[in-house]
Amino acid sequence: MTDGPAAAPVVELRDAAFGWRGRPAVHGISGGFAPGSMTAVAGPNGAGKSTLIKGIVGLMRPLAGTLRVAAGARRRLAWLPQAADLDRTFPITVLDMVAMGAWRRVGPWRRFGAAETGRAWQALQAVGLAGQADCLIGSLSGGQMQRALFARLMLQDAQVLLLDEPFAAVDSHTADALMQLVCAWHGEGRTVVAVLHDLALVRRHFAQTLLLAGRQVAWGPTAEVLTPDHLAAARGAPREWL
Amino acid sequence: MTMLDWAVAPFADFGFMRRALAGTSAAALGAAPLGVFLVLRRMSLMGDAMSHAILPGVAAGFLLAGLSLGAMLLGGLVTGLAVALLAGLVARLTPLREDASFAAFYLISLGLGVLLVSVRGSNMDLLHVLFGTVLGLDDAALLLVTGTASATLLATAALYRLLVAECLDPGFLRANGGGGAWAHMVFLVLVVVNLVAGFQVLGTLMVVGMMMLPAAAARFWVSTVAGQIVLAAALGVAAGIAGLLVSYHGNLPASPAIILAAGLAYLVSVACGPQGGLLHGLAARGRARFR
Repeated sequence: MTDGPAAAPVVELRDAAFGWRGRPAVHGISGGFAPGSMTAVAGPNGAGKSTLIKGIVGLMRPLAGTLRVAAGARRRLAWLPQAADLDRTFPITVLDMVAMGAWRRVGPWRRFGAAETGRAWQALQAVGLAGQADCLIGSLSGGQMQRALFARLMLQDAQVLLLDEPFAAVDSHTADALMQLVCAWHGEGRTVVAVLHDLALVRRHFAQTLLLAGRQVAWGPTAEVLTPDHLAAARGAPREWL
Repeated sequence: MTMLDWAVAPFADFGFMRRALAGTSAAALGAAPLGVFLVLRRMSLMGDAMSHAILPGVAAGFLLAGLSLGAMLLGGLVTGLAVALLAGLVARLTPLREDASFAAFYLISLGLGVLLVSVRGSNMDLLHVLFGTVLGLDDAALLLVTGTASATLLATAALYRLLVAECLDPGFLRANGGGGAWAHMVFLVLVVVNLVAGFQVLGTLMVVGMMMLPAAAARFWVSTVAGQIVLAAALGVAAGIAGLLVSYHGNLPASPAIILAAGLAYLVSVACGPQGGLLHGLAARGRARFR
């Protein structure tokens, strides 16, 4: 990274590659996410953005290179998957689903006390879903579901937030509201990494950008990364299949 | 004969009817939470597959040790778990989906089981293994099925949060310290143990009906997981009572009568249940058109 703060990065990659069944979806990633930084991950479909996020979350080991997560940060790391990963027909209320965010503190056996319940309600209020707390998640619209997932994320109280296409299935009103939450987290000193398609949004809110196309095209300050040359290189990359 | 006599006298008069009632009730209680989670995980056919998978082990136990409960149980447990593990392994290592690899292994298992039983036993033995001997439960069989039900209820209560989380959002659980995989394994083991324990009561083919039918029916009445488990258990016990009574008064085989009673509860639920039942849907559509 060219201009990050001097503090040691929370997540550092060195020539890392991630993929499935031994086949790398993304490789040659070198750099770090500074504490409190706000980084967008951009690139065409199939560029390996989600795979990289899952790799950092720890769902797979690097196929090559190294991934180093700062001591203590692994447990303070939260991941917002693409909404499609979740079984939305499952009969659970919005409040209970949001309460899952306390998993690291409560786990499978400890009591879910009044303090945690209060936090869950606070999170629901923050995303504007307090009125739907007792509804089943199946009755939520796409935008409401994403709000609920953001509430669950808030309950996780993580220091590093990895968001995989957080605004993909939501209307612009919801996207604005959720973007405000993300900015607020950034303001509280949390580290934010978000996979995004909307380059205008990236330019407006994200100081750092990592541009991928099956490999690392560029990583640094957004203005220096999202140049016509880099974007053309990302689109023309041989792994582009859209 | 009053209605009360009709319903109570068989159990009051005959010890074997009371034993049958205790056996089917225990089987229903243990099977209810497992059935509900199988339905939620879209693994309903898994229970069916497992009930076939335990057959060759039960048959091998029968061949080696005669009508010994212990041997048949051990055999059933071994082949049931072997099929579950092999199917999971094939699904993980090859592109074949888990449902297809399950189907393949349980069909092999079923063929092997029927072959083994018919090599040595008579047709009567085969019928006992397939359809159970609910009216002839001895102490050992009763202890086994009640003990299994107790252990199952305790285990699912302890694993409840993990099972729900693994069902709803396995990725979230993996990213937050995991535990879903082994909860799933314990769950599969419980399914196999319940099927094996229940085969004395209802038979290897019918016992899975006690697991799936009440659970599938409960889904049409209540929307919460806990509510579905309670209702499935109640429906299972009720089907056991109804089936035993019909079998007693009509001189019909008990095990199919119990499963048919559970089947009737399922069909009524599909038609009338407020959570997506057919009539409910029709009525809603009718109201919409009227407006």
